[in-house]
Amino acid sequence: MPSPGDLLTIPFSDWINFLVRDWLVPNFRPFFRSLQWPITQVLNSLDALLQATPMLLFTALLAFVAWRTAGRGVAIFTLIALAFIDMIGLWPETMTTLAMIVTAVFFCTLIGVPLGILAARSDRTYAVVRPILDIMQTIPSFVYLVPIVMLFGVGMVPGIIATIVFALPPIVRLTNLGIRNVRGDLVEAAYAFGSTPRQVLWDVQFPLALRTIMAGLNQTLMLALSMVVITALIGAGGLGLTVYTGLGRLDVGNATAGGVGIVLLAIILDRITQALGEDRRVHTTSLWATLRGYFRPAHEAGRLEKAG
Amino acid sequence: MLKVAFGTKGRMDRLKEGMSTKVQAKDIVKIFGSDPQNAREMLSSGKSKDAIFEQTGHTVGVDNVSFEVGEGEIFVVMGLSGSGKSTLVRMINGLIMPTSGSMSIDGTDIANCSPETLRKTRRDKVAMVFQHFALFPHRTVVDNVAYGLKVKGVGAKERRERALVALEQVGLKPYADSYPDELSGGMQQRVGLARGLAAEPEILLMDEPFSALDPLIRRDMQEELLELQRSLKKTIIFITHDLNEALILGDRIAIMKDGRFVQVATAEEIVESPADDYVAAFTQDIDRSRVFTAGSVSVPAEALELSEATAASAMHRMEELDQDAIYVTDGDRIAGAVTYRDLSASTRDNGGVLKDSLITEFPTASRTTPLFELYPLAESGLPIALTDRKGRLKGIVPPQAVFAKLAGGEAAA
Repeated sequence: MPSPGDLLTIPFSDWINFLVRDWLVPNFRPFFRSLQWPITQVLNSLDALLQATPMLLFTALLAFVAWRTAGRGVAIFTLIALAFIDMIGLWPETMTTLAMIVTAVFFCTLIGVPLGILAARSDRTYAVVRPILDIMQTIPSFVYLVPIVMLFGVGMVPGIIATIVFALPPIVRLTNLGIRNVRGDLVEAAYAFGSTPRQVLWDVQFPLALRTIMAGLNQTLMLALSMVVITALIGAGGLGLTVYTGLGRLDVGNATAGGVGIVLLAIILDRITQALGEDRRVHTTSLWATLRGYFRPAHEAGRLEKAG
Repeated sequence: MLKVAFGTKGRMDRLKEGMSTKVQAKDIVKIFGSDPQNAREMLSSGKSKDAIFEQTGHTVGVDNVSFEVGEGEIFVVMGLSGSGKSTLVRMINGLIMPTSGSMSIDGTDIANCSPETLRKTRRDKVAMVFQHFALFPHRTVVDNVAYGLKVKGVGAKERRERALVALEQVGLKPYADSYPDELSGGMQQRVGLARGLAAEPEILLMDEPFSALDPLIRRDMQEELLELQRSLKKTIIFITHDLNEALILGDRIAIMKDGRFVQVATAEEIVESPADDYVAAFTQDIDRSRVFTAGSVSVPAEALELSEATAASAMHRMEELDQDAIYVTDGDRIAGAVTYRDLSASTRDNGGVLKDSLITEFPTASRTTPLFELYPLAESGLPIALTDRKGRLKGIVPPQAVFAKLAGGEAAA
């Protein structure tokens, strides 16, 4: 059977090779390198902080946060899970992974929330952003590991960049969705009282979209966790590396231990961030007020819950 | 239950005294769609709304509307859904920009000013109350009410104080620190009203504010709005789909259909002489006794002077006028009324002294009293004396004229 390939062969891979290897890398490598700087700073200070924090203190803190946000069950789970991780000897790796994840999510939020707001405020921006997000979500992550290594090198920071590329879409999408779904008459009312678009955003749209944005944050966090093992391929450390080396040496015990560590960390973070996005305290004006709400006396919090 | 009369006619007099124009709309056209100018040309060449929609997919929202609203006036725009009334009210504060025509508030052209001027006008002059309240669910009641002040840049402490004053006006001060979803619908709309009043605007735009409320609550709110208006004297543009509500509240009422004003008139004029069948259909179910006032059925006061009149002259006068009762005045004061029957009886018995037959318990009302309040007065059988503030006789209402008016006929004269 004849096929179009008999008539014409397109040297697609050669094109891409040329584009990346002969144009992007020589011309833009310093630019991409400089992008790493802020990520390195955040990652290093976070990692240093987490590694320096005594295990018991950190466990107590995280369990407290879990208790205030998600309730007693999750708090007890957090205590047991972290103790288990420590006992199987993976505490430092877990902290490294946590530092990576938090750094990646921090930058996703930093980029994603403003991008989502822009997309919500302009259909044209959304029309441009949307296909890019679609590509980011559908393209297998192995595909962009190669150019990332060529542009950024290997190590923790390139791993985080790969994680950001993979985990960014949900927070952009849900920020956009959250802001677009704010009731039209509320936005109209804010404008009717003479608000500037900025006031409308901060007084009405953002606080009311916060729940949806938190759901996006949760999704982004979960996607970032799922990249942990993949980033180990390009030299990132932590639990991902434990699994990866276990795989390389067919050491099923270590690979499983690393995997269990990732799963436990994922469950804790998922429960906490999900609770943040839940309808427990709708009546808040800002992220700050939301956070402050978790440290209110319990009886007051209970009253608001009933009201909501 | 509260008794509410249609239209507070006293305010009409001020209207006529040449008060300043607050809002002026001139040849306003609004067409929704991607190429409104093209559709507007079709509209001005006489094409119908439906024809334009069929050919271009453009919707004509408002079709060539002009009006003026004076200071302190309640101007009601009444129309069914899709008549363009909500679009029209949003063009007054620039939430929607007209396709053509001009809209000005105190001489500022809303449709063609800078965004900064528009915001300033909204902050200082125009507030709005919404159909579904549009309260911010994440703010307390007092913070909702203070929102206009916050936008204006008023400090937190003063903001709260002024918001509490506004809340007190609508009777919700105790709920200041509740959240909107803890209040009933009627209370929420009171908060909406307080939010509108807190920034002390000169103009209040009310987009079907009571439509989402239960009928009884709605009646209360209408009464309360009129009560507030007596002291506040805001310029109010009120949108409704309920003619009863329009008649109760409006100094003037514009009936809107298919984006046009069909009739702009006072409540009495609309009920008495509807401009076309469309308006007439609405007015059929109206309680006419709330629209019309005693003044509309009064006849000139024919009275006798106490010092001059005798029983004989009184009876003679009544015969001339074909009436069976007549009022007697004593200078500016009304001395009482005499009936033909009493006088003829007393003439027969004791020669007839007018003073002895004087009935001093007679019904009185003012020209602005709505007809439904005359029912109990008409029971006495005597004509009802209409008096001014000083108690002087200004006219009388024959009892049968009240019912003639309700039946839709001309006032018996």
